[in-house]
Parts: sequence; structure tokens; C-alpha cells
Amino acid sequence: MNVADDLRSALRGLSSNKLRSALTVLGIFIGVGAVIIVVAYGNGSSQAVQSRIRALGTNTITIVNRGRFGRGPATGGTQTQTATITSQDVSNIGDPNQAPDVLSVSPVLTGSDTASYSGASDTGVSLTGTTPTYLTAEDYQLQAGSSLTAQDVQNHSQVAVIGQTLVSDLFEPGQNPIGSQVYFGSARFQVVGVLASKSSGTGADPNNVALVPYTTAEDLLTGYTNNFTELIVQAKSAKAVDAAEQEAADILASANQTSVANLPFTILNEATLLATSASTTSTFTVLLTVIAAVSLLVGGIGIMNIMLVAVTERTREIGIRKAIGAPRRAILGQFLTEAVLLSLIGGLAGVVVGVVGTHFRIDGVKPVPTAGSVIGAFAVTVAVGVFFGFYPASRAAALRPVDALRYE
Amino acid sequence: MADRSWRDPGTPLAALAPPGPADAPGQAVGTGPVAAPALDTWSEPPVIALRNVARTYRMGDAEVHALAGVSLVIERGEFVAIMGASGSGKSTMMNVIGCLDVPTRGRYWLDGVDVRILDEGALARIRNRKIGFIFQSFNLIPRTTALANVELPLGYAGVPARERRDRAMAALELVGLADRTGHVPNEMSGGQQQRVAVARAIVTNPSLILADEPTGNLDSRSSEDILGIFDQLNRAGRTVVLITHEPDIAAHTQRVVRLRDGLIISDEGKDLAATVSS
Ligand SMILES: Nc1ncnc2c1ncn2[C@@H]1O[C@H](COP(=O)(O)OP(=O)(O)OP(=O)(O)O)[C@@H](O)[C@H]1O
Ligand SMILES: [Mg+2]
Repeated sequence: MNVADDLRSALRGLSSNKLRSALTVLGIFIGVGAVIIVVAYGNGSSQAVQSRIRALGTNTITIVNRGRFGRGPATGGTQTQTATITSQDVSNIGDPNQAPDVLSVSPVLTGSDTASYSGASDTGVSLTGTTPTYLTAEDYQLQAGSSLTAQDVQNHSQVAVIGQTLVSDLFEPGQNPIGSQVYFGSARFQVVGVLASKSSGTGADPNNVALVPYTTAEDLLTGYTNNFTELIVQAKSAKAVDAAEQEAADILASANQTSVANLPFTILNEATLLATSASTTSTFTVLLTVIAAVSLLVGGIGIMNIMLVAVTERTREIGIRKAIGAPRRAILGQFLTEAVLLSLIGGLAGVVVGVVGTHFRIDGVKPVPTAGSVIGAFAVTVAVGVFFGFYPASRAAALRPVDALRYE
Repeated sequence: MADRSWRDPGTPLAALAPPGPADAPGQAVGTGPVAAPALDTWSEPPVIALRNVARTYRMGDAEVHALAGVSLVIERGEFVAIMGASGSGKSTMMNVIGCLDVPTRGRYWLDGVDVRILDEGALARIRNRKIGFIFQSFNLIPRTTALANVELPLGYAGVPARERRDRAMAALELVGLADRTGHVPNEMSGGQQQRVAVARAIVTNPSLILADEPTGNLDSRSSEDILGIFDQLNRAGRTVVLITHEPDIAAHTQRVVRLRDGLIISDEGKDLAATVSS
């Protein structure tokens, strides 16, 4: 007997009991489909988190002045004056001796203003006063022109590096903005550089910006110094982010004569937060995958059950086959083929439904099916068929011919 | 009678399997150093040799002696009927002869080979090539065409698909069912089903045909068809052993062995001289 004969007789066996075969297949089908879909959703949500982390910038933490954001100091009555982030703080955090894990620190002073250029205007532009290090910390790429320089900061230069939204809103297509004079409010700035388009991590459009020296922004927006909106602290590596946060917090705490816990600033370490949420998601995915795998196991037990029934039902047939000279391995092969065929049909259907199912978004997550999960689920299916088919098949093969023939 | 059922040459194993003629080189077992006894006149070992074969079933505390110790020799080319009341042990004996069952006691040589030394695979091969078995009923694999049923033993023998088909067709033609090859068992009459079973039994060209009440469920017309086929096979040199309850079928054969309570009570041959010379 060859494989083709086994397949034919297995198909005959299965089709003689269509409903029963279909119900048995269902268990495997659900298991495989569930594994593929769950893994795809887990993969999709972790990819989403990864891209948000990437969009956040490179290993940065943000220190926000609470007072300015109206969150209110947690220190209550003991706080006598509004805390500010000063340029002394900036240079302390930027000092490698005091904060060895910090790569750079960029003070930020933001305000919203209207930009205009020869008749065209754009409201709600985020005018960001900062230092040159801000570009690398926030992962901005320069598309054309040059960046801000330390010289610009020192000289309170009226120069700006503008984002793509501004470029498209203010300038004609094809027009080169470099060198143009753009007004922010009533102040005139010279465009020295254009930023490459950047994808949004959160909500705000990161391309509707104009980067200017913070000294110039202070003159323009607030009129006084040492009152930054926030600090962007870039750590030396992803691993150093938490250490850099600690160092910056310590420096700010001693500058304000308070403890880290009572710091009047909010330190946002979003990468760490996201990583935590990503690991929660992945734990959840693992859990769901285990449940799906258990249903695959249950499906396998269903196959074993039905194959035991089939062997019992067909004991006479086994007797006849043995009487006409079927060797043990032929009977084994016949029933094993039947079991594997059952699980294979379920596996194929599960793969189809799983792959189709991953075309739908659930809870905003775009599932990303992995070849590994499809191939893996399918391989497990075959293994399940072999594993759970083996016992019934070997029971059939071990039957003594007389006993099998006499069975009724 | 008793001398007919068992000839004890005095030498145990080798006696039943003396050195065969040149045309039976495969029968190595028994052709050991022990020389064949002088009184032996066989030219080859008998197809079937049972000595003191007993088969006991244990039913709780009680023991059922389905076979209580039978000795029987059947030579190549014989046509033997086995008769006896229901429960006398006919089927049990046939199952032992057909290598479907093993005796509890006693020994059985098939073509001079003691079946005790054969493993399961060897027994399967013997059932496949040397023996054609036909049962009283429920013979065929359900939902499987006549052709596929007849092809089955060839499949187990490893015969390639084309040849399998040709030989199965030839066998079906021989039993007069060339026009029913595509029918499944429940689309055929009892007689037709039994003829398919006969075709399946003979398709591997076995030298020994065993039939356990092959006509028990058939009308006299169909019975005659089947018996005709057996006659034909026997004339072609096959050894045929069949169990029957009907005296006129037994009368068809050359030799009738009667069983009662698991023992042989008579063994009558019409042409004793043809097979026994001592
Ligand atoms: N598996 C078994 N377990 C217990 N007893 C059995 C078994 N098979 C047969 N027997 C007993 O052995 C005895 C002989 O049975 P067997 O089938 O050989 O009879 P038979 O001569 O073929 O009868 P029939 O003509 O009715 O077919 C019977 O008494 C039966 O009850
Ligand atoms: Mg019987």
C-alpha cells in the first residue's frame, strides 16, 4: 500500500461520516485560526507601540514646568515661589560631570503664533525656541538648508528652520523657502533650513513647527529669560534613559532645595512608559496564544476520540484486511493518514480564516500576521494529527485478526 | 481413519518437512541435519499438518475447549470438506489453519514450516500470498468497489497499480463479475458479494484456499456457482478446504473431515489411495 492508497481510503473513511468529520475538524480549525489571529494582533500592537516609541525621539525624557501647564505644584503650602527651569539648570544637566548619562539637553520655549509670507498665512504654528541639539533629540531631519547654530542662539538671531506644513502652506510648490523672510506675528525671521517630514507619535502635527533660537523666542514671546516651557534631555543610550532621568531630577531637586519626590516639575519618560505598556501587551498576547494553543490541544483530543470510535466501528474491516494479509504498518498507516488528514483539513481552514481575519482592525490595532505563526500553527496541526492519531491507529494495528473478525 | 488423520513418522519437526524436491527450495525449516525417515514417501511436505492442536478459550473460571487436540494432514491439491455440528470447532480450526489464530497447544506446519517460529510480519505475508480466505459473510470492505476490494491484497503485496488492476479484473472475470467491478458491496446480491470475495481470495494466486461456510448464506443457484469456481481452482492444482453443513456440498469434495466437540471423529476420503500410499 502506498500513500495514495492510504489517502484514498482515508478520504473514503472521512466522507462516510461527513458531519462527524466536520465537527472534529472544527476543533483544530478554531485552534489554528485563533493562534494566527492572536499572534497577528499581538504583533500588530507591539509594532504600533514600537513606531510610537520611534516617533517620540531618541532616548529622550521631557521635563515640563508644572506651573506653566497649570497642573499645580504637588508641594502645596510649602512652595512659596513659582519654580522655574533656569539656564543654570540647563548647563548643570548638560555637564558630563554632574550628569554622565546625559548626551544633550535642549531648553524649549514654545508659543503659538501666526506665520505669514507674502499674503499667505498659517495660524497655530508652534514656534519653538530651542538650541541646535533639539533637532537630534527630537529626531528631526534637515531636508534643505542649515540648522540653527550656537552662534544664532548667542546672537538672538532672527532665523528659523521650518517644518513641511509651513512650507506647503506659505510657499508655492517648487519655490525654495531658504533665504525667504517670514513673519511670526510681527517679527521677521529668515528661513535658513527646512525640516524633513516627520510622522506623528501622538496627536499634534510635528510638521507645523518653526524652530528658532530660544534666546530670540524669549525676546519675542515672554520678554524675560530663564523661564523655559520644558527641557528635552537626551540620554546616551536607550539603557541610560532611566539613569539620565534620575540625574536630571537630582540636579533640579537640589537647585530647588527639595526632594525628587517633591519636584515642582513633571518628568515624562514616555519611552519607558510605552515600553511598560508594550510588555503588558506582550504578556497578554502570550496568554491569549496559550489559550489558543490549548484549544488546538482540545481539537487534537477530539481527533483522538473520533479515531478511537472509527477504529472500534471498523474492527471487522481491520479483521478482513488482516486476514487478506495487511501488515501492521499498513493498518497503522491507514488510520494515521486518516487522523492527519482530519487535522490537516482543520489546519488549512484555520490558516485561511486566520489570514482573512487579520485583515480587520480590532480596537484600532492593525494586525500583522507573521509567516512564523502560520507555518508554526500548520506544523503543530500535522504534529497534533500524528500524535493523537498514533494511539488509535496503533490500537487498530495491534488487533489480532481473529478477534477483529469476530467483533460485532 | 486415525492413521489417515495423522501419520507419525517418529521424528518430530523434520519428519513433517523432509527435504523437498528441487522445486521447493524455499522451505528451509525442517530440512536441517535430521535426515528424512526411510518410511517417508512424500515428495514434498504436506500443505497442512496439524499435530495435537488444541485451542482453549478462557471464559472467566471455565475453559472452553474449542479444539481439544486435532491432528490432520492435508496434501497439496486436495479438496477437503470439514463438517460438524455448530460449535464443534470447525471455524476455530480453520482460523488456525489460516494463520488468523494461534493454537494454545500442539503444532502446526504450513508447507513444512512451523508457524510458531514466524513473526507477525511473516504471518501477514503468508496470509497475503499463500492463503486465500473466504468467510461466510461480511466479507468485503464496505463503501469500496468490487474492483478495489479485489485489488486490496495485491496492494498489501506491493504490486504496482497497473498490474493490480489487470489482475483484479482477471480474477473478477473468472468469477463472472466483469460487469460489476464498479459496484460497492451493498449494491450487490449476496451471491455476487461472495463471488467478489472469492475473486479477492484467489487474486494473489494462493496455493491454499480456505472457505468458512462460503455458501451458508446463499441460495442453491449461487452456491453452485461458487462451488464451480472451487472445482475449477482445485483442478488447477490449488488445495481447497471448505467448511459446510450441507452433505451435498461435502459430497462434491474428495475428502470429508468431521468434527465433534473439538475432536476429529471421522476422516473419509473417496480416493484414499491417491494421496496415501503407506
Ligand atoms: N472467542 C471465543 N471465546 C470463547 N469461546 C469461543 C470463542 N470462539 C469460539 N468459542 C467457542 O468455541 C467453540 C467452537 O467454536 P467454532 O466457532 O469453532 O464453532 P463452529 O464449529 O465454527 O460452529 P458453527 O458451525 O456454528 O460456525 C464454541 O463452543 C464456541 O462457543
Ligand atoms: Mg463457524
